[in-house]
Amino acid sequence: MSLVNFTAREITCKIVYYGPGRSGKTTNLQYVYGRVPESRRGRMVSLATQTDRTLFFDFLPLELGTISGFTTKFQLYTVPGQSYYNATRKLVLQGADGVVFVGDSQARRFDDNLESLQNLQDNLLAQGVDVRQLPVVFQYNKQDLPGDLILSQEEMDDALNFRAVPSYGADALHGSGVFETLRGISELVLRRLAVGSPVA
Amino acid sequence: MTVTLNPLYRFDTLVVGAANRLAATAAKAVAESPGTVYNPLFVYARPGLGKTHLLMAIGHAARAINPRLVVEYLTLDEFVEAFHAAIAAGHGDAYRKRFLDVDLLLVDDVQFLTHRREMQAELLRLTDALQTASRQIVLTSDRPPADIEALDERLIRRFAGGLIIDVAAPDYETRVAILRRKAEERRAGFADGVLEAVGSLDIDNVRELLGALNRIIAFQAVSEKPLTAEQARMLVGGEATAEKAERTERTETTERSDEQPSPSSPSSPSSPSSEFDDFLSEIAATVAQQVDAWRTRVSAAILRWQGEGFRTAPLQALLEQEMVNDPERALREFEEDVERLQALQADAAALAPELAGSAAFRDPANLAAAEEALRQAREEGPPPPPPSPLWRLDGFVETAANRVVLEAVRAVAASPGDRYNPLVLVGGAAVGKTHLLHAIGNALADREAPVACLSAPEFTGELIEAIDRDAVPAWRARYRRATAFLLDDVHLIAATDRTQDELFVLFNALMDGGRQLVFSAAAPLAELTGVEPRLRSRLEGGLVVELPAPDAAVRERVLSRDLEAKLGAADPELAAYLAARPADSIRASQALLQRVLEAAAARGVAPDVALAREVLEEPAAPPPAPPRAPGRSSGIVAAGPSATRSREKMVWEWPDVADRVVEEWR
Repeated sequence: MSLVNFTAREITCKIVYYGPGRSGKTTNLQYVYGRVPESRRGRMVSLATQTDRTLFFDFLPLELGTISGFTTKFQLYTVPGQSYYNATRKLVLQGADGVVFVGDSQARRFDDNLESLQNLQDNLLAQGVDVRQLPVVFQYNKQDLPGDLILSQEEMDDALNFRAVPSYGADALHGSGVFETLRGISELVLRRLAVGSPVA
Repeated sequence: MTVTLNPLYRFDTLVVGAANRLAATAAKAVAESPGTVYNPLFVYARPGLGKTHLLMAIGHAARAINPRLVVEYLTLDEFVEAFHAAIAAGHGDAYRKRFLDVDLLLVDDVQFLTHRREMQAELLRLTDALQTASRQIVLTSDRPPADIEALDERLIRRFAGGLIIDVAAPDYETRVAILRRKAEERRAGFADGVLEAVGSLDIDNVRELLGALNRIIAFQAVSEKPLTAEQARMLVGGEATAEKAERTERTETTERSDEQPSPSSPSSPSSPSSEFDDFLSEIAATVAQQVDAWRTRVSAAILRWQGEGFRTAPLQALLEQEMVNDPERALREFEEDVERLQALQADAAALAPELAGSAAFRDPANLAAAEEALRQAREEGPPPPPPSPLWRLDGFVETAANRVVLEAVRAVAASPGDRYNPLVLVGGAAVGKTHLLHAIGNALADREAPVACLSAPEFTGELIEAIDRDAVPAWRARYRRATAFLLDDVHLIAATDRTQDELFVLFNALMDGGRQLVFSAAAPLAELTGVEPRLRSRLEGGLVVELPAPDAAVRERVLSRDLEAKLGAADPELAAYLAARPADSIRASQALLQRVLEAAAARGVAPDVALAREVLEEPAAPPPAPPRAPGRSSGIVAAGPSATRSREKMVWEWPDVADRVVEEWR
């Protein structure tokens, strides 16, 4: 996928929310969806199971309008968190311009976070993408839960964020940290405009 | 025209609340390091919310940090007025320069740019120039740039490339803080709850708030009892109170009902789309920064290459475009073209130094012209040296003695290369060879250029220089394209092997091309030593004419002409007398005239024959002791009566016997 299309004057950013099952990826997208004026958002596609778990993926197209002469579009995707949907995850991850890793702050989900992060790196590597070259931010969701149940943002950083990329504490259900995270990953992705060579 | 900064509008008098905290922080950052962060800074807010205060505070703070900083504050109206005045006076450039020297430019009320395309273009140019020079520009408006009607898209992007920030209406706490501070400044005391009551009213304009404060101060001044909160509220606006109360209640209800929010109808005190709008505005700024970064690079490149004297039309065309497919590639290509031009220019300058500044090597868009110029330089070099315009044929005095020579010269001038080729003028020193040679050159140059006319030593000198610069082919080409070649004092090429070789080849080439060749020599060719026989034989192959020494008749006519030129009137008697004096050249006779003129000037009388006789015939009185020079010197001034053949070879005086002894001893 081309990040900047100079000929069509289009900037398209594909951002994938990655993370263990039930960490709040879809909630992030739903919150964003709820805040975007109707004229700006496309239909949010959610392929979910009857128990509300994401079966395939969520897709939320955002039309940010014309910025500096470029029609700017964001496409937000989530991957199914459950480990048995790895084929779907790989598919969704293809051509991603940036990844938000949504970690579950609950202490009992610690191993799930590690496993999912490892899975992200494996899947990227399988596609020939070096995770160090791809814009990634961390979101530690559910920071609103009682302190004895969760790990603090610092502890989560220690456990997952060993490359010290931007990280955000969040309460996706109530929206806290959702846009901060989106803004963070967008900045990283867009800043690559300056260094990345434009693709026609 | 420029308003002085209001001393009251400083950061320490600015009440900072949630509504203006961001703007104040950005403004402080700008004041602390102008031109480095947030450039341009664009602050917008509804009227009465402190834009001007913020703007002037930046000016004050920046000056406090660096007193040498040039800060200029003006409203857009003043900006426009100044522009119109400058254009009317024809000083548009001075106007631009004035703002380019400003380190921190503060422009208020830019919303009035609406439909002013000309001013928008001017502001765009100025913003670019200031940004490129790392100078700060801060602008304020009552609406965001995108909402300013008919505002140039490029300006919107420039502003987005810096920081666009708004100042919202002050919240309750800020309103109370403002009221307290202002009341304190006015030394007005109020009962508890009064200012809070006014602050709780729905007044979200600071100016109106201060108006309300003025009202309660005035009311309290005339009333016997201190004002109560209720009175203050009633005084300033009861209706507003009711509205406010109602609104507060509504908000609280909403907040309570949102305790269990659903993701699709999220809760927040802010409006549902404000988070997205904030997000969008930040993304827009980032995109604008990244996308417009190339404009800054292109502008910098334009300044750089223009500074080095290159035309930058292709880059300027880039700036005119909304977006180019690959700005980096365009820049790279331009720079490659410039490098190529520089290489071509260096090559051309090696061939002909005067080509170094040629316009052909200044336009990267026209490499072909530069290549053509270099090719020409290679083939032709600069034009060969022309004849001196001082010597014309009609200035040469014709007599019976030199008639033959002049006839030959006229024939050559009439049909160069046709009849007498080469023409060789032979004669002693100062008989007029050089005059005649250059006169022929001028006559030929009048017909068609270029004509090469120079002396043999100059010819040798040029060859040596060309060898030194490794540019002999260009040097040769230069002479080969001459339509006529005239070489003075050809005898002086004696013993110069390479020069003679080159002259020989050139001679043949020009003869083959039917070009006229003219030479002068100090002695008959047969007597020349050191000149190669092959060259001599070629010189003899044309017409060799001898210029006779000027007789008395020639001298008389020249002297008459000189006298007329110097005195304004002819004196035939004096001219005849001077011409009759022994002299072997015109120059010697002219020297005699000069002596007479100097003597006349010294005595303050008009020169005449009597004076001339006195000066030239009487035994020379011992000259007045000349001022001694610090060192030994000898002056060669005028011809003696005999003994030497020309004045160049005659010593006028030895100033000191001791010097003379030393000279003889040597």
